[in-house]
Amino acid sequence: MENLAEVRNLSKVYRRGSQNVEVLHHVNLDVPKGDFVALMGPSGSGKTTLLNMIAGLDAPTDGSVTVAGRRIDQLSTDELARWRAGNVGFVFQLYNLLPMLSAQKNVELPLLLTRLDGAQRRRNAGIALKLVGLEARAAHKPSQLSGGEQQRVAIARAIVSDAPLLVCDEPTGDLDRQSAEDVLALLQQLNREHGKTIVMVTHDPKAADHARRVLHLDKGTLVDGQVS
Amino acid sequence: MKYLHLLWASLFRKRARTVLTLLSIAAAFCLFGMLDAVRIAFNGPENINGIDRMVVASRFSIIQSLPLSYAGRIQTVPGVKLVSWANWFGGIYQDEKNFFANFAVSPESTLDANPEFVLSPAEREAFLSTRTGAIVGATLAKRFGWKLGDKIPLKATIYPNKDGTNTWIFDLVGIFHASEPKLRNLERQMLFRYDYFDEGRTFEQGTVGWYTIRIDDPGRAEEIARTIDRMFANSPDETRTDSERAWELSFAKQIGDIGLIVSAIMAAVFFTLLLLTGNTMAQAIRERIPELAVLKTIGFSNRGILALVLAESALLLVLGGLLGLLLTRVLLPVFAAASEGRFDFVLPPQTWLSGVGLMLTFGLAVGLAPALRAMRLRIVDALAGH
Repeated sequence: MENLAEVRNLSKVYRRGSQNVEVLHHVNLDVPKGDFVALMGPSGSGKTTLLNMIAGLDAPTDGSVTVAGRRIDQLSTDELARWRAGNVGFVFQLYNLLPMLSAQKNVELPLLLTRLDGAQRRRNAGIALKLVGLEARAAHKPSQLSGGEQQRVAIARAIVSDAPLLVCDEPTGDLDRQSAEDVLALLQQLNREHGKTIVMVTHDPKAADHARRVLHLDKGTLVDGQVS
Repeated sequence: MKYLHLLWASLFRKRARTVLTLLSIAAAFCLFGMLDAVRIAFNGPENINGIDRMVVASRFSIIQSLPLSYAGRIQTVPGVKLVSWANWFGGIYQDEKNFFANFAVSPESTLDANPEFVLSPAEREAFLSTRTGAIVGATLAKRFGWKLGDKIPLKATIYPNKDGTNTWIFDLVGIFHASEPKLRNLERQMLFRYDYFDEGRTFEQGTVGWYTIRIDDPGRAEEIARTIDRMFANSPDETRTDSERAWELSFAKQIGDIGLIVSAIMAAVFFTLLLLTGNTMAQAIRERIPELAVLKTIGFSNRGILALVLAESALLLVLGGLLGLLLTRVLLPVFAAASEGRFDFVLPPQTWLSGVGLMLTFGLAVGLAPALRAMRLRIVDALAGH
């Protein structure tokens, strides 16, 4: 199957004080289109850093990242911003919704960067909210929603631009068991029925069970599932 | 426009803080509007064409007199219909606290030149025929309980009487009313005859404080003024002919350079405003770093974030500023009415334009530092809470 993301020989070194800390060490990874990959590993193993590289949020020290045929490690900051707007949807552990906007307006946010007019933006946001089962809560502010509902709004925001890649950083880390199950089922549905490619970082083995593949990172190196 | 709801929501994220900041901005711009109205009121019209009444006074100082002989020469200038003259007396009635304006005037020509002083025909006749006669405004008469036939003693502060005393006695022969309610301020003064005053004073006989002239063609006001001033150029008593309004304002300007005073106050007010709103914006952006990081994450560019924060700051200033100027618009007629016609306070389009210009400039100035900070955010650091 064609790869959506290809990571080659990826290294990331952070400078902390006078020391260089290598967070990722020559990582190679292929993510085929339609895959659902769970990245697991102990704290500090480099999971989130790898996720950030694939999503174009951070630049590698060495190596390459190609997503949807584009070398994103070679893009400028502004080019990366435009690229993210059309290619990646983000789901964070703490939902990261804008508290002063309604669920509907939060979902519409990525569409502000498109040429869609107000009516089209409202319609698309409505469709996304319906897909996550929250069309009745469209007018509610995040503070009026439960954690699980907020995360579903965040997922609606992530898919509203129809980006092919969803990156999720501990999407169930702040949820109770039932809400976590609902969110994971929703991600599974988006993967299976809508063809979204998902890369998810998680500590939770039960959450990882919902993925098609589980990869483990340790000390900046993929310990399994690595391509050569 | 599609970002307006986002700007609005961001601005009112902390409602109480934003409302208080808006009120501060509104107060500052209300003061700006008021002071600019004062500045305009004190500057008066620059073009005197269209005015049929002008004042000829000393070119050098409002306290310097002009020869009475100028009256005949001014009368010869083509277009001059009528010449009247007056002199400030500065008399005190009983106590210095009782201050009111009092002038020695050429009786007939002054009444003809100033139809806004409304007297009955009998009172007018009495004023013209009584050498010691005086007329007072109705407000002044009411204040001191004066009635026709009263003798009014004034204590001179500038001009002692030839009889060796400082007391001048006048016979009240008329009580005038202003022709329009907005001119009520005129009713606070007293006028008496120049001939009685000139004969009785001990110095400066044969001089007047200023002339008031009426012309037959307001379209030629500028030309007539230039002709009069040219006539007395290079003489010991050069003249400056100007609108009556500009001349009245020159009295008010004795307290200092109004423009400079206004500018100094506004500079202090706006400096404080810059610090206040700058602090508010900086605090607001600091609190929203994770939200700004989310916007960047989903594809807002660095320049987009910069523009959003600057627009938010400008919106804050423009909202507060417009509120302040609207408040000024409501208050100015109240103050104009309170001045009883002395000042015509207005808020012209130029004030609105310069106000909006200041709002935008201050908005961008106070937003710049937080906007640059927001623009330079590293997404991964901001999301991680660093």
